[in-house]
Amino acid sequence: MSGFLLPDLESEDAAEFWAGCARGELLVQHCAHCDAPRFPPRPMCPRCRSISSIWKPVSGRGTIWSFVVAHPPLLPAYAELAPYNVIVVALDEDPTLRMVGNLLARPHGPINEVDPATIRIGEPVRVVFQQVEDVSLPSWVRA
Amino acid sequence: MSEHVLRDRAAIVGIGQTAFGKGLADTELSLACQAISAALDDAGIAPSEVDGLASFTMEPNREVDVARNVGMGDITFFSQVGYGGGAGCGVVLHAAMALATGQCRVAVAWRARKRAAKSSRPWAQVPRRLSDHGQWSRPWGLLRPVDEVAMLARRYMHEYGVTRDHLANVALAFRKHANRNPAATMYEKKLTREQYMEARWISEPLCLFDNCLETDGALAVVMVPAERARDHPHPPVYVHTGAQGLPPQHQTMTNYFNDDPLKGPSWAAARQLWRDAEFGPEDVQVAQIYDAFSPLIPLSLEGYGFCARGEGGAFTENGALEWPDGRLPTNTSGGGMSEAYVHGFNLVLEGVRQIRGTSTSQVEGARTCLVTSGEGVPTSALLLRGE
Repeated sequence: MSGFLLPDLESEDAAEFWAGCARGELLVQHCAHCDAPRFPPRPMCPRCRSISSIWKPVSGRGTIWSFVVAHPPLLPAYAELAPYNVIVVALDEDPTLRMVGNLLARPHGPINEVDPATIRIGEPVRVVFQQVEDVSLPSWVRA
Repeated sequence: MSEHVLRDRAAIVGIGQTAFGKGLADTELSLACQAISAALDDAGIAPSEVDGLASFTMEPNREVDVARNVGMGDITFFSQVGYGGGAGCGVVLHAAMALATGQCRVAVAWRARKRAAKSSRPWAQVPRRLSDHGQWSRPWGLLRPVDEVAMLARRYMHEYGVTRDHLANVALAFRKHANRNPAATMYEKKLTREQYMEARWISEPLCLFDNCLETDGALAVVMVPAERARDHPHPPVYVHTGAQGLPPQHQTMTNYFNDDPLKGPSWAAARQLWRDAEFGPEDVQVAQIYDAFSPLIPLSLEGYGFCARGEGGAFTENGALEWPDGRLPTNTSGGGMSEAYVHGFNLVLEGVRQIRGTSTSQVEGARTCLVTSGEGVPTSALLLRGE
């Protein structure tokens, strides 16, 4: 066990998202009735109240909306890697769709490899997938 | 019924608190009962008269245990408010609503906590497989409240030119107030701008001194309807108005997923708070603003209308938050950052002391005080007023 906090891949509203990641696809839930995208996933469309939804792949491109650099005290698995960055990415398809992730220097690299002093809000990034145990986590590299 | 059912219909007539510290010997239940007992004595009210109770959903002590220990009578109203640091003013608001509508006649609102215990920190005890909202942030190492707020703070600084100097203004003002308050954890510890700037990072852009304390302690207030508010030893402190706030598409703490994450719950609470009030932000003489993290102060100042959008950082300049000469003396007991962090409930008691005229950093002639709960989570706020 890695000691990282990981999602329950079976959770009802999110299983499709995590299954997509496992295939190397970044999926966003859309309303099947009015087509409004929503993230994080949930049962009802807040625009039209439909409970039908579909999952659509997005380009996996976005920009850094904000970021932090975490220092201890942290849970042990994370403390070992500190200081490391955590970013929020605004997706190109709709900048109000935002996802939390890490900025990696290279695909499959560690989360503490990018020099935090070089990270800028607004930087373009693209998604890569990082395998941790049985979970494929969407992560990001500079585009 | 009058148009304003709540306004000035209930008053705080008793306050009580334990010592603040780390590793206090007493249990949380004992601390709660000691604070409530002190507040009842302060009000000159017998425990058997208490028939209303209000606290936090995160409060560890149940109503049944508190009532049995303190020796209360029939309880006809009990209520809990959720969302941790967002709850404090809401707890007092619920009690005020129950008093105003006749559901009880003497209400006690309280919070007790041994925060210094690691087991009381929610982020340190999350389950390993996440099916709740944590799955969208924690796997990547965004673990603690400070990380979640730092993410918003970085964006806020980027969009509006807020600087670390502005955040230092917050930390230093509250420390100065704590240095005047013997009950404050940081009473004897000075803080300089140099120390702030050289402090270790916790979650960049936030350093150690942008964070609140970790505190054991308990606080309570006793409230009665306005009709009997003058029958007690201390001048009544009226709940002029109060509000809770949960804006559209809000996600507690990790509020990154809506159109405008920097326009937080304060804005929603403020609309209701001012709608019923007989005065506006310009008439507020002193404020107690929830300060688990320093950026919450400028964000709250914007939300509650003390300055325009994006001007919260600039508002802190020229000692604006400092007693006695600042434009808005804020957190005059030291707040969560320098007095004690008891989920913001100490801010309520300091608001009462200001209206009574008994603060250690007393704003002369204070008759109006804003008290707020946490920005960044579903929140609440109170306007307190004296006679």
